[in-house]
Amino acid sequence: MDIPYTVEVRRDTGLTNGKIGIWLFLASEVMLFGALFASYILIRTGAPTWPRGDTILNVPLATFNTIVLISSSVTMVMAWASLMRHRFGTYRIYMGATILLGGVFLVVKYFEYSHKFETGLFPSTNNFLAIYFTLTGLHMLHVMGGMAVNAYFWGPGAKLYKTNPEWFINRVEHSGLFWHFVDLVWIFLFPTLYLL
Amino acid sequence: MTTDHAVDIDKQVRIYITVFVSLMALTIITVAISRFHLPIHLAVTVALFVAIIKGSLVACYFMHLIAEKKLIYAVLAVTAFFFAALLALPVITHSDGFWIHGLH
Repeated sequence: MDIPYTVEVRRDTGLTNGKIGIWLFLASEVMLFGALFASYILIRTGAPTWPRGDTILNVPLATFNTIVLISSSVTMVMAWASLMRHRFGTYRIYMGATILLGGVFLVVKYFEYSHKFETGLFPSTNNFLAIYFTLTGLHMLHVMGGMAVNAYFWGPGAKLYKTNPEWFINRVEHSGLFWHFVDLVWIFLFPTLYLL
Repeated sequence: MTTDHAVDIDKQVRIYITVFVSLMALTIITVAISRFHLPIHLAVTVALFVAIIKGSLVACYFMHLIAEKKLIYAVLAVTAFFFAALLALPVITHSDGFWIHGLH
């Protein structure tokens, strides 16, 4: 039996089930990160002193990572636009670039984390580092999750394009929404942790 | 694909590139402002203001929220309300119970 409302929109919502599903999931993600941001505010405002992020963290590396993640958002949306133009080859290039940029982000983060550990800075060192590792660690897990889904749609999942292109385009749009959300979270994490 | 549809996608692609350039510029502005070592309240205000502009650009254009169905807006309105309530909790905590007990 076919899954209903993957391509045609429901009359009551005006949306496909996948679209409303991904937005409800993103709403839950907003609350997850919201809880951690609230914790950050609570810990920071309650602390007698708080270090500026740029005295402990590497701002040039984080700026580079911000540029990488924003670029990956553009390649993601261009991948979707390529499918809308029925250019599957171009889609593959843009989606591949998105996955690659996600990988670059993780490699940079690996070097950042390694440097912290080598200099004896751990989550247990102080509250600033505890919240830094928690927030960026959770964000990194989201990058990994997004990369896994995107890699599936770049590789084996792309077979669907031959049999049901509209469904495939919807799926890519939904994975794109998640990827842009990951970018959105970083846009707020970057100044909060590194610059203030 | 109809010609109108193709033109529409071409127009959207141009918007994506404009948004990309704007996001890059705003990232540079964010870092540049942080070099001025502004007082903390002003620094937080400016940094959040720029981040909100950047976030809005991503949400409106990359996530297509600028032209979405009402149900999605309703879901996000509820989320925004509870998100704001969540962020207000630390403020309530630091006001010595003023918001709960009033002036006594």
